[in-house]
Amino acid sequence: MLRLSRNPGADTAIKLAAVACAMFAFVFVVMVPLYDVLCDALGINGKTSDIAYTAVPAVVDTSREVKIQFIATNNDGMPWGFRPQVTQLTVHPGAATDTFFYAENPTNLPMIAQAIPSVSPSRAAGYFHKTECFCFNQQPLDGMASTEMPLQFVVDQDLPKDIRTITLSYTLFDVTTMAGGTIAAR
Amino acid sequence: MGDHHHGPAKGLSRWLFTTNHKDIGTMYLWFSFAMFILGGTFAMIIRAELFQPGMQLVEPGFFNQMTTLHGLVMVFGAIMPSFVGLANWLIPMMIGAPDMALPRMNNWSFWILPPGFLMLASTLFMEGGAPAFGWTFYAPLSTTYAAPSVTFFIFAIHVLGISSIMGSINIIATIMNMRAPGMTYMKMPLFVWTWFITAFLLVAVMPVLAGAVTMMLMDIHFGTSFFSAAGGGDPVLFQHIFWFFGHPEVYIIILPAFGVVSQVIPAFSRKPLFGYASMVYATAAIAILSFVVWAHHMYTVGMPVAGELFFMYATMLIAVPTGVKVFNWVSTMWRGALSFETPMLFSIGFLVLFTIGGFTGLMLSIAPADFQYHDTYFVVAHFHYVMVAGAVFSMTSAVYFWLPKWTGRMYNETMGKVHFWISFVGFNVTFFPQHFVGLAGMPRRVPDYALQFADFNMMSSIGAFVYGASQILFLYNVIATIVAGEKVSDEQVWDGAEGLEWTLPTPAPYHTFEVPPKIEATPAHG
Repeated sequence: MLRLSRNPGADTAIKLAAVACAMFAFVFVVMVPLYDVLCDALGINGKTSDIAYTAVPAVVDTSREVKIQFIATNNDGMPWGFRPQVTQLTVHPGAATDTFFYAENPTNLPMIAQAIPSVSPSRAAGYFHKTECFCFNQQPLDGMASTEMPLQFVVDQDLPKDIRTITLSYTLFDVTTMAGGTIAAR
Repeated sequence: MGDHHHGPAKGLSRWLFTTNHKDIGTMYLWFSFAMFILGGTFAMIIRAELFQPGMQLVEPGFFNQMTTLHGLVMVFGAIMPSFVGLANWLIPMMIGAPDMALPRMNNWSFWILPPGFLMLASTLFMEGGAPAFGWTFYAPLSTTYAAPSVTFFIFAIHVLGISSIMGSINIIATIMNMRAPGMTYMKMPLFVWTWFITAFLLVAVMPVLAGAVTMMLMDIHFGTSFFSAAGGGDPVLFQHIFWFFGHPEVYIIILPAFGVVSQVIPAFSRKPLFGYASMVYATAAIAILSFVVWAHHMYTVGMPVAGELFFMYATMLIAVPTGVKVFNWVSTMWRGALSFETPMLFSIGFLVLFTIGGFTGLMLSIAPADFQYHDTYFVVAHFHYVMVAGAVFSMTSAVYFWLPKWTGRMYNETMGKVHFWISFVGFNVTFFPQHFVGLAGMPRRVPDYALQFADFNMMSSIGAFVYGASQILFLYNVIATIVAGEKVSDEQVWDGAEGLEWTLPTPAPYHTFEVPPKIEATPAHG
C-alpha cells in the first residue's frame, strides 16, 4: 500500500483529500459532458443535434404523411419579433423540406440572438434531422432591421409509425451581452 | 505533550486554539443548537404568515427568503454540525482512542463554520435581500434571477463544504488508524459504523455540491453557460448535479441518527442490539443505493419512461435495508427489560415517526403518483417526518443519553419527559395535517393559500409554535444540568448501557484513553 506520510492518520487524510478533489473534477469533466452526450444520444428534453445532419441517400416514403408544427417563443425580456413563415407543414419522411423563420429587431441597437430548438414528442427528436438551421449560429441584427432565417430538415424514414405530428419549438435568447463567440463554444 | 496531567487552558484561548476532541465536540453542539434556534425562528415566521390565508405579516419576497434560509440553516447549520459534534465527542471514546487523528485540522474545520454562517446570514441585510430561491437553489432562479447576495451564498456553501469534508476526513482517519488493539471493525459500536459510512458519503458528494455552486458562480460572473440554454447549457443539468449531491445528503443526515438509536434502544431494553452484522450491511447498502436514486426528486422534468422506471425501482429498493433496520430495532425491544427514560422516549418517537416518514417516502417514490404529490405540502410533511422526527429527535435522544457522562450531572427527568411529550404532540400537530393539505393540492413555498386549507394551516401553525417553545425547555434543562444538576451517583450512568465510553470515569476526564483499553473478546453490543 502506498504510504504518503509517516503519520498513518495524515496518510489516510491525504488520500481522502485526493478523492474529494477527484470528485470536484468529476462534476466538470464527467457529469457535464456525460449529460450532454446522453441527451443527444437519447433525445432527452427534446434536444436535437446542434450540428448539421449530412443527408444519406434515401427513398421518400410517400405512403406516410407527418405533420410538422412550428412554434416561436421569445425568452424573458427579448424584444424581437420572431415567428415562423408557416405554422404547419405536411411532409413525407425522407423528403428534404425548406422553410424559414422571420425575425426583426425593433430596437435602435444592434443585437445578437441565439435560437434554441426543442422537439416534442421527445421520442421524435432523434428522427428529426436539420440539414440547415439558423439555430446552429448566433443571429446578429442591426437596429430596426429584419431578416428571414432559413431551416431545412428531413424526417427520418425510421420514425416510429405512431408519431404523426412533430412539434418544433424555438426559443429566442438575447445573447448580446454574453460576449459574442465565446458562448457557442459550449 | 509535556505535562501529562494538564487540563484545559483558561479563558477564550481554550476554545480558539483547542485541539481536544471533547472541546471541539462541545463547540459543534452549541453552535448547532444556536443555528437550530435561528432556523427555528425563520420557521416561526413562516408559520405565523401561514396562520391565516391572505398576506398578514411579511412581503412574499421576504417569505421566500425565510423558506430558503430555514432550509439551508437547518440542514447545513443545525443537523449536520450537531452530528459532527457528537462524532467528535464519542468516536474516540467509543473506539478507545485518545483523540481524533488530526486534532489541528479538527479545530480548523469547526472554526471556519461560524464565519461561513455569518456570511450566509449577512445576506439578509444586503440590497435585494437574502437568497430567495429555495434551499435547492435551482438554476435559473439562483443564477439569472437571483439577488446580488447570491455570491455570498455561494462562498458560504463553499466554506461549509470544506468544513464538512475536513471533518469527515478526520473521522475516517480516526476510525481507520486509532482503534484500540482488539477493536476490530465488526466490534465497533454502530454509531461509529454509521459515521464511518456517512463520512465516506460526505467526501464523495460535498465536492459535487461545491462543483454545482462553482458553476453557478461562473455562469453569473464569468460568462459561462452551464445552466443557461441561450449558450448551449441546460437548467435541468443543475437539478441532476444538485440531486446527485442531494440524495446522498439525505442519508448523510439520517445515518448518524440511525447510529444513535442503535446505541440507545439496546441500553434501555437491556439486551444486545438485534442483528448487529445486518445493521452494518444495511447501512452500507443504503449508502451505495443512495448514489443511483437521485432523479426521483425530479420525476416531472421530462425524463424518458425508462429513466422514471429505473429511478422508481431503485428508490423502492432502499426500503429493504431500511426495513431491516426498523425490524432490528423492534426486535431489540422484543422481550427486553424496557424502561422509558427520556432518551428512550425520543428514540421510540424516532422509530414510530421515522417509519411514517419512510412510508410517505415510498408513496412519493411511485413515479406516476409523484406527478400529483410533486411540490406540494405532502412533500413538506414527508421530509419533516424524516428530518425532524428522524434526525432531530435522535439528536435530542443522544444529548439526554450522553449528557450525564459528559457533565457528570443528571438532567431533570420529569422536565425531559415533559419536553418529549410536548415535542411529540407539537410535531405531529404541525406536520400531520400537512399530508392532507398536500394531497388536496396546496403547493409548497407559498405565502398565501386557498381558503379551504385554512383550518389545517392554523392547526399546523399552532403545533409549530408549541414545538418551537418546547425547545426552550430543552435549552433550560441542559443549562440547568450543567450549572446545578444533581451529581451522577452511578459511574456507569445507565445500568443497561454498554461500550467503552461508559467504562470511563464520570464526568469524562479532559484526556481519556491515553493508554489504550483492553478489549474483551465478546461480540459487539450495539
